[in-house]
Amino acid sequence: MTDMTDERSADDVGPGFLDAADHGVRQGIQGYVIGLALAVLLTVASFYAVNTTLIWGPGIPVALVTLAVAQIGVHLVFFLHITTAPDNTNNVLALAFGVLIVALVIGGSIWIMDHLNERMVPMDQMMNMQR
Amino acid sequence: MLGKLTWQAIPWDQPIPLIAGSAVVLMVFAVVAWIIIAGHLPYLWREWITSVDHKRIGVMYVLLALVMLLRGFVDAIMMRSQQALAFHAPGYLPPEHYDQIFSAHGTIMIFFAAMPLMIGLMNFAVPLQLGVRDVAFPTLNATSFWLTATGALLVNISLVVGEFARTGWLVYPPLSELNYSPGVGVDYYVWALLISGIGTLMTGINFVTTILKIRAPGMSYMRMTMFCWTALAANLLIVAAFPILTATLAMLTLDRYAGFHFFTNEAGGNMMMFINLIWAWGHPEVYILVLPAFGIFSEVISTFSGKPLFGYRSMVAATLFICLVSFMVWLHHFFTMGAGADVNAFFGISTSIIAVGTGVKVYNWMFTMYGGRIRFATPMLWSVGFMVTFVIGGMTGVLLAVPPADFQLHNSLFLVAHFHNVIIGGVIFAGFAGLTYWFPKAFGFRLHEGWGKAAFWLSLIGFYVTFVPLYVAGLLGMTRRLQHYEVAAWRPWVLIAGLGIVVMICAAACQVAQLAVSIRRRDQLRDETGDPWDGRSLEWATASPPPAFNFAVLPQVYGEEPYWGIKRRAIETQQLSAEPQYEPIELPRNSPTGFITAFFCTITGFALIWHIWWMMALGLVAAYAVFVWFAWRDVEEYVVPAEEVARLDRERRRAREEWLAQHARVGATAAGATA
Amino acid sequence: MSATDTFTLTPGRHTDPYRVGHDHDAGRNLARGHGEGGPASKRVIVGYGFWIFLLSDIVMFSAFFAAHAVLQTATADGPHGRELFNPTSIAIQTAVLLLSSFTCGMSAVATEARSQLWTQLSLLITGILGLVFLLLEGRDFATMVSAGAPPQRSAFLSSFFAVVGCHGLHVTAGLLWLGTMMAQVFVKGFRLNILRRLICFNLFWHTLDIIWVALFTIVYLIGLGR
Repeated sequence: MTDMTDERSADDVGPGFLDAADHGVRQGIQGYVIGLALAVLLTVASFYAVNTTLIWGPGIPVALVTLAVAQIGVHLVFFLHITTAPDNTNNVLALAFGVLIVALVIGGSIWIMDHLNERMVPMDQMMNMQR
Repeated sequence: MLGKLTWQAIPWDQPIPLIAGSAVVLMVFAVVAWIIIAGHLPYLWREWITSVDHKRIGVMYVLLALVMLLRGFVDAIMMRSQQALAFHAPGYLPPEHYDQIFSAHGTIMIFFAAMPLMIGLMNFAVPLQLGVRDVAFPTLNATSFWLTATGALLVNISLVVGEFARTGWLVYPPLSELNYSPGVGVDYYVWALLISGIGTLMTGINFVTTILKIRAPGMSYMRMTMFCWTALAANLLIVAAFPILTATLAMLTLDRYAGFHFFTNEAGGNMMMFINLIWAWGHPEVYILVLPAFGIFSEVISTFSGKPLFGYRSMVAATLFICLVSFMVWLHHFFTMGAGADVNAFFGISTSIIAVGTGVKVYNWMFTMYGGRIRFATPMLWSVGFMVTFVIGGMTGVLLAVPPADFQLHNSLFLVAHFHNVIIGGVIFAGFAGLTYWFPKAFGFRLHEGWGKAAFWLSLIGFYVTFVPLYVAGLLGMTRRLQHYEVAAWRPWVLIAGLGIVVMICAAACQVAQLAVSIRRRDQLRDETGDPWDGRSLEWATASPPPAFNFAVLPQVYGEEPYWGIKRRAIETQQLSAEPQYEPIELPRNSPTGFITAFFCTITGFALIWHIWWMMALGLVAAYAVFVWFAWRDVEEYVVPAEEVARLDRERRRAREEWLAQHARVGATAAGATA
Repeated sequence: MSATDTFTLTPGRHTDPYRVGHDHDAGRNLARGHGEGGPASKRVIVGYGFWIFLLSDIVMFSAFFAAHAVLQTATADGPHGRELFNPTSIAIQTAVLLLSSFTCGMSAVATEARSQLWTQLSLLITGILGLVFLLLEGRDFATMVSAGAPPQRSAFLSSFFAVVGCHGLHVTAGLLWLGTMMAQVFVKGFRLNILRRLICFNLFWHTLDIIWVALFTIVYLIGLGR
């Protein structure tokens, strides 16, 4: 019944759809190969950054996070086909909402827990209060 | 063989749970026996248990909610009466039992009464208001409901087999850790919520997808009803917040079952992190509850004032604002945990700011009423009651948002009164308003007005008589969850609150009477046309109850309040629009997947609670097998032939034409309808 | 849709009392999913719904990440990350998972071309790579446990095992799903509902790799520095 006809529409695209450009096998593979190459590069860079003295020590976490964000971007664009095309708006908005929540939860928790831990009574003092 | 489960799990030595449990078991037995003997089982199985129709699922959610509301209410009666008696006296509930009661009361009311009530109403009304046939994932919808029912069942089983948590409804560690809660109580809590949490998350995904991707042609975002907007915001919050609850409870479960150290006293655990994470879920949760409530009131107030909602665009903005900011306030639940002045100040300010969104809504509701021809039917009474009550509750909330004030009032009865003020005044009042408003649409006859009004007035009075004294007692220093107390100054207030609960019992009785009388007199209360309230949105364009496919032809939407436009046109031209071209309609097939999956999840949950590992493995494998079996089916839909669609739609049109003929040439807006 | 609605109002002329909304329906009535054109296609609906589910899953992971961030110094006089983590093993796991993401993408291309052989082959390789990933991870866990660093040793280890283990559980579930999908594609061919499920699987598998990027960066690489 419904499943007999293909339900593509040029005006709206779900995430992960390969057919947006309606290309052939070769172009499809190309996209994934580029994505793989970039991801490999970024991964190697991350492992390298940890093992080398090229980057100033305290700056290494920042470098790693930057590389990770870049690699996540590569995955989103080349593997998940999330782009900024107008038909993709819903998908990008959903992603943005998710990223916001993640930032609030992780950032907020770290900020709050840091303060709480800072201000917590040291354990030996606390044990003395038991008496 | 049976893990920790022994005959000692049944509370032979405690008369109250024993008698209560036996009574419930007998009642359930009797109901099931009657159903089977009277031959209703095939009908129930075919039309309700395996249904994937959002309307049926919505009704089942509301039914579950009302039953659990009653159960939670009984807990409340026990608490109030215990406190009324327990001045320089032990009362009648031993502390171990009292602790379980207040924990169960909170858990049941939030997760199995308030949530299903709002979700049920959203289930019923949102697809109808969007002008479409069903939600995005109907079978998933059914599964969500049955998983919620599983959670409710597990909590209720704890009354008869084992015990419930004694930690309060949010199971703070280290009390909820294995050292201090070695029994099965916290496990019942955890698994009930983990399982029903999956159901709720699926609902969130379902409705976000439905509202964003499945609407009638022509219905742009700014032409959706306000209820759909608030449903969207609430479900976005579900998608964003419930995973945090799942993760946090999973961490506690790992602590209890596998000896992990997330929140333990030893080995570096951090209990404050539990409180931080659980409230990062907990605050959005209360907005998940209240946003649909706001939406219901927007619908009811505009309908019964005979005017479009005032300030639609600002309402949408306020809704989205509340949705966003609700994720930036959660620390106000633990100001006193000691994060320091700067952190407390940030969250105190953000909490005060979020009140602005609600303020915008309240003003818009008032301006909607202003200049309208107001009809004080029961739903409108609940709405006006809400506006007064919720504003008071909100103001006490903003008072608590000030950290120095909160340091005095945290965990006092003032706090308890505040959140009951907003939840009862907001969510429960909305539930009854929505119930009364959409009941005729769901069942084809209205609820009895007299009993409805009585229930409202008694609820309103009962609420104030119960909770205003608690505000006072809180200011006088009485803390929450006290099994007994010795301070004489609190006594009169506790006693008045005990009186208030009696008034609420009468209110509850009126609700039950309303239902019984309405069913008995349904022919007199019949909704002939499908539009008993002179409605403005698309659900009133259908017959009551609507056919399975909702709309014979999806309506073309040209503006806001599409049904109102259609109705005015028909009244002006004294005829319905031409009969459409009827085509066959494809609908999803019913499926037992939801029910069977939930059945195996109940078994798995019970097995996990009692450490019956073989049963757990069996349950998991079976649940997976059901899923694969469902995924393997070849025929997913069935077709309603065009003749059947035509027949049902012509019936509907006939009823409307009759109404038009009776109200010829008047052009009045009396209760009636067309399409 | 409603073909014979006898409204004499011309589409585009608004009846909203407040004239809200822009003139989207002029000429865009066929547009699906932007809201004005009626319900979106099933493909879009399923894909979008699954995307929302994945975002919720990412939020769940973020809670575990937050817990790990807070507890990473709570080693309770026990072993630290740098004593326990094996960078070579982690590098191999990363490479294996990334490769499996690539082969999963290849299976999507093969499915577009409706090739049963290449779809099954690339899915099989994806599965094998996923299994290798799990085995390596399992071996690392076993090594840590036998070295006196089980999750019960300290809060740091609890949060480590939880966040990495949660990812591993997802990979396991993904492999179960993969097996089921391979069977379905074999038995039923490229039916539309099977295609929709393959899209969902692709989304899921790629997202797992995204989470792994965050994992190996934050937990392992940054953790190695402590």
